Amino acid sequence: MKRAVPTGGIDRRTFLITTAGAGLALAVGDAHADTEAEGWRPNAFVAIGPDGKVTVTVKHLEMGQGVATGLPVLVAEELEVDPAQVSVAFAPADAKRYNNLFWGPSQGTGGSTATANSWEQLRLAGAAAREMLVEAAARILRADAASLSAVNGGVVHSPSGRRLGYGELVSVAAKLTPPSAPALKPASQFRLIGRDGVKRSDSRVKSDGTAQFGADLRLPGMLTALVARPPVWGARPDGHDRKAALAVPGVMAVFPIPSGIAVAASSFWAAHKGREALNARWAEPADKVSTESLRRDWTALLGKAGRPAAARGDAEAILAQAAQRQSATYELPYLAHAPMEPLNCVVRLAPGKCEIWTGCQFQTHDQAMAAKAAGLKPEQVEIHTMLAGGSFGRRANPTSDYIVEGVEVAKVLNTPVRLMWTREDDIAGAYYRPMALHGFEAALDERGMPLAWRHRVVCQSILDGGPFAGMIKDGIDPVSVEGASNLPYAIPNLAVDLHSPKAPVPVLWWRSVGSSHTAFATECFLDELAQAGGKDPLELRRALLADQPRHLAVLELAAAKAGWGSPLPAGKGRGIAVHESFHSFVAQVVEVSIGAKGEIKVDRVVCAVDCGVAVTPDVVRAQMEGGIAFALSAALFGEITLKDGRAEQSNFHDYRCLRMNEMPRVEVHIVPSAAPPTGVGEPGVPPLAPALANAIFAATGKRLRKLPLGEQV
Amino acid sequence: MPLVYWLREELGLTGTHLGCGKGECGACTVLIDGQPARSCRTTLGEAAGKVVTTIEGLGTPEAPHPVQAAFVEEQAAQCGFCTPGMVVEGAALLARTAQPDLAEVKEALDGHLCRCGSHQRVLKAVMRAGGRDKS
Repeated sequence: MKRAVPTGGIDRRTFLITTAGAGLALAVGDAHADTEAEGWRPNAFVAIGPDGKVTVTVKHLEMGQGVATGLPVLVAEELEVDPAQVSVAFAPADAKRYNNLFWGPSQGTGGSTATANSWEQLRLAGAAAREMLVEAAARILRADAASLSAVNGGVVHSPSGRRLGYGELVSVAAKLTPPSAPALKPASQFRLIGRDGVKRSDSRVKSDGTAQFGADLRLPGMLTALVARPPVWGARPDGHDRKAALAVPGVMAVFPIPSGIAVAASSFWAAHKGREALNARWAEPADKVSTESLRRDWTALLGKAGRPAAARGDAEAILAQAAQRQSATYELPYLAHAPMEPLNCVVRLAPGKCEIWTGCQFQTHDQAMAAKAAGLKPEQVEIHTMLAGGSFGRRANPTSDYIVEGVEVAKVLNTPVRLMWTREDDIAGAYYRPMALHGFEAALDERGMPLAWRHRVVCQSILDGGPFAGMIKDGIDPVSVEGASNLPYAIPNLAVDLHSPKAPVPVLWWRSVGSSHTAFATECFLDELAQAGGKDPLELRRALLADQPRHLAVLELAAAKAGWGSPLPAGKGRGIAVHESFHSFVAQVVEVSIGAKGEIKVDRVVCAVDCGVAVTPDVVRAQMEGGIAFALSAALFGEITLKDGRAEQSNFHDYRCLRMNEMPRVEVHIVPSAAPPTGVGEPGVPPLAPALANAIFAATGKRLRKLPLGEQV
Repeated sequence: MPLVYWLREELGLTGTHLGCGKGECGACTVLIDGQPARSCRTTLGEAAGKVVTTIEGLGTPEAPHPVQAAFVEEQAAQCGFCTPGMVVEGAALLARTAQPDLAEVKEALDGHLCRCGSHQRVLKAVMRAGGRDKS
């Protein structure tokens, strides 16, 4: 032990700590997860050691969504190995070898793309290695390759029954030229893909406490830093008590960095106490944003035409002469991502080199941003991707905020630094899912069918000014209107327009991005039209989705499994919603009970999903369950409100999340499909809030148009 | 100093996670003399002289605690950051009540937050560890 701690001078010998196993073996040093795997590397994703041990390199961040399980399965399927015997390594940041194939030369995880963009790449990687191993066996055994087959980590010669393990083949395989077009298995021969039985590769370490997250890392001489940041967007430093902070035992340095004032100490707790003692003061701007002022300004925008995002027919003309019109406004708040693991990174600088350990979503963007901050070239920055304790979009941001902060602090200190955010830093400090207003006008024909639909979206642009700004076309940020501009319903006259007001609050994608708000608005308003036209909500959707087979299939499946139309007792209601996001289709039916005092209790959620081939069905189910719980937190409780230029929420006591006893019974049904896989991390989120609000309407006759639903009943 | 910092930084027992620092999320739960406690709200002084069991002390990778094994069986972890606190809480529940029913499991785990949304599987896992398979 280095020194007595301030609280009563207790040292570790006072404790009787009962420990066992690997928990104590934490001589962290240089050990990290993404060490290049040993052995033969036929390509960037597969390594096989002389002992036959297979390592699959995963280029995506594992943040809970299961990529460290599903992606190795793609390799294991073609390589003919047991996924339980495969080790997983996380790729170093590398835009050439490990780019997201949908994003050009950029490595990153987001938009529910991990499985979709790896689907062919990783099967080909496995198949190429398999063909080379078979060829190697053919040479060793002097046999025809056609008489050989790869089975469970070895190559078997059928006529003789001889078997050579992969480890015995690698030295010969290493001399062969990789095949240019390895043959992929037909789906009929899949033994892993689409089947149950594969367990998550990280279950054990996450259950026994040995899983390593960024903040668990310790390097020799490492200091821990916290940053005092302006509490108000646009505020500037206006003094602090440096000496008081330095007087806190363990505090080693206090200095300004671009984002605030850094306090570096020998421990997290010392840095925390030091930051409190710092008493940082800020010169606040005169004009301070509030939810109220934004709501007022943005409501005014709803009365004016925005930039057109989608149009068919002539919605304005039909609306002008409509016999029956329906209008409504929906409002959704800013939301924090609040991953369970607060943001952190470890940075070590050396001449001409910067190493970063973190669970980040945008490895090569972060690499470039870190390089800029460090005065290095991107290739001089090595990012070791760690497990992330959730993210939901937060760890992919245009400024690489928490990583650049780590570099800025390390630059000054000349020693390894662990940069930490507290929960308060995270919840009160943005980035946020944008607040959004949605205004609708619709016309119904004499049969009660929607004839015209005008949807006006008011929402800050997420892409503006960031690495994906090039996606903004004609002033339309596509993620502000996704799920709205591509409304699947066959309504003959449609107009969607967008206002993208500026606000000082940094905004970011949040699990399901634009669909996290557009689905609530569109699926609730469609329910309103069903009601106005005297139609059952399922019937109306069915009629308007006749040409949308995948929407229709999930809708029918969820409705059937939920017993749509069967009677419910008084005080209970059932609501339905369907939404496409990230090329996957999800329908949900929510059953809700309303208590005597208006308490909302969600009893059951039935979910149907079509995500193409479900590579690991249990991970798909888990993602749907998770998306539902995440969405339910937001629908019932989630809001960041702004007052006097700052967030009013700061921790889980006022940014509520769904508790265990609030979790409904969730059933997930997967539509069988032979289509290539599409997203699952996010698509479970969008239908939940509208299905819930629609269920509340069914139970109470009360139409709730503002989230969170909270105590509105 | 809260216990969690001591465990993580002085002893290197990083299976105990710091999620909120306010006793709101449960990620830092340990057993103190067998009782579940939030190590972010327990000072070193309060823990002095008592038996502290962290997630590392519940079982070994070779011989996991029944709750750890059940979490694997039910695939109850996603990001896994909240998991150790839940496992410790579940173990404490089973130590008091061998076969808890669903209501008891929910009550015991009520103070534990999970952002990924593993709630249903966490509840099932603790039920399974108590011998009430799957229900």
